[in-house]
Amino acid sequence: MKHLLTMEGVTKEALVGLLDDADEFREVIERPIPKVPALRGRTVATLFFEPSTRTKLSFERAAKALSADTLSFSPGTSSLKKGESLKDTVLTVKAMGADLMVVRHKSTGAAWRVAEWAEVPVVNGGDGAHQHPTQALLDSLPLRQHFGDLEGLRIAIVGDIRHSRVARSNVFAFTTLGAAVTLIAPPTLLPPDLAGWPVKTNSNLDDVLTEFDAVYLLRVQAERGGASVFPSVAEYRQRFGMTGARFRRLKPDTIVLHPGPMIRGIEIDSSVADDPRCKVLDQVTNGVAVRMAVLFQLLGGSLDV
Amino acid sequence: MRAVMTAEDVSRVLRRIAHEIAERNHGVDNLVVIGIRTRGGPLAIRLSELLAEIEEATVAVGILDIGMYRDDIDRRPKIQLGPTEVPVGIDGKTVVLVDDVLYTGRTIRAALDALADLGRAEVVQLAVIVDRGHREIPVRADFVGKNLPTARSEHVMVRVAEIDGADGVWIEDSAEVEGRTA
Repeated sequence: MKHLLTMEGVTKEALVGLLDDADEFREVIERPIPKVPALRGRTVATLFFEPSTRTKLSFERAAKALSADTLSFSPGTSSLKKGESLKDTVLTVKAMGADLMVVRHKSTGAAWRVAEWAEVPVVNGGDGAHQHPTQALLDSLPLRQHFGDLEGLRIAIVGDIRHSRVARSNVFAFTTLGAAVTLIAPPTLLPPDLAGWPVKTNSNLDDVLTEFDAVYLLRVQAERGGASVFPSVAEYRQRFGMTGARFRRLKPDTIVLHPGPMIRGIEIDSSVADDPRCKVLDQVTNGVAVRMAVLFQLLGGSLDV
Repeated sequence: MRAVMTAEDVSRVLRRIAHEIAERNHGVDNLVVIGIRTRGGPLAIRLSELLAEIEEATVAVGILDIGMYRDDIDRRPKIQLGPTEVPVGIDGKTVVLVDDVLYTGRTIRAALDALADLGRAEVVQLAVIVDRGHREIPVRADFVGKNLPTARSEHVMVRVAEIDGADGVWIEDSAEVEGRTA
């Protein structure tokens, strides 16, 4: 049984294979009738124990564009409220006939536990501050579209690295694809231990701003305690925000990425968010295409991770 | 491995099929030649060039990828998706699908589904280099290069110069197929 749980250790070949397929699926979702029969009769279950707009919607959109059926589950209105355990919830969804499960949970490692119980492929849709592999794929795609290849690119990931599963996934995807990654954050927002991370770090964005081909801004994650480790929102913006002034200092073809939801006025100024070099909406479109590739390869048994 | 068609045979067959296509359709107006990836692609391009030469007209050509339309994705090794490149609309057109080998018919079924998602062709015809029999669904070819009686255990290989370096058709018997997969 193959699962997609983490970006750590995924080979370049597997990443490129998924991105290549995603390019083909982009063409499908731009058609007048954006649907192909590849997964007809399969059922994809989305188990989101934590709030999500774009990840949940785009997995469901991806499943439907492949003609799969979807089962979805929201904790607020489920038997979790009555005390049902994660394991029993998973076994119930399995018994309903799910052929693949997408799991988001606030606890690190939750998707690995689900994979032990599910007896079907599992995709990690985000586990706490740990991993979010499909986000890393959809973030790699606009870089590939814009630059042709990630080999030799210099990418900055700016902001709340410590609480970010996006950063943990993207570091491994970007570097496996050949880019050099610098994490830029105040020391309090860096993970306590960076051993084994193939990255450089810096705590002064202005010093290195002009070095990068892409700047990836992270959201300040108030729900994971991210707002309590710097003095004020204004100070965060002043030191780490992509203000209009910083944006104008970037190299002319540098692009700006953000996983969404964006908090305009903190990590990104509104004028930057609306600039064509800000690829946030491309990331959303790509989100559906890369998730189609993941579902197609996992249910086709061809994903080798 | 036994050769059943030489490069010259393949070339003659393509020329004959081109003439048959022109004859059946009273010319090449309204015609789109679409190859099924992978080996149907270069064969379609060659057929369109032959048709253009015979009829002194330009003939639209495209390539269709059917990976997303297969009904057996969990029963095969990795399906390599490739781009579908059909540069013209097919609504109201006569589409000639081109593939190398016609066998169970399932590839053609998938191709017809893929084609239907591109538009509504007026007529769809099928051209193949080799028809080896053993259909599993009711599909037939309109233009056949060579009818080749085979056993299911045998393997028919059509090679095209653009992909494999040279044209030709070979049959491997069951012992060779087993030897290769063992």
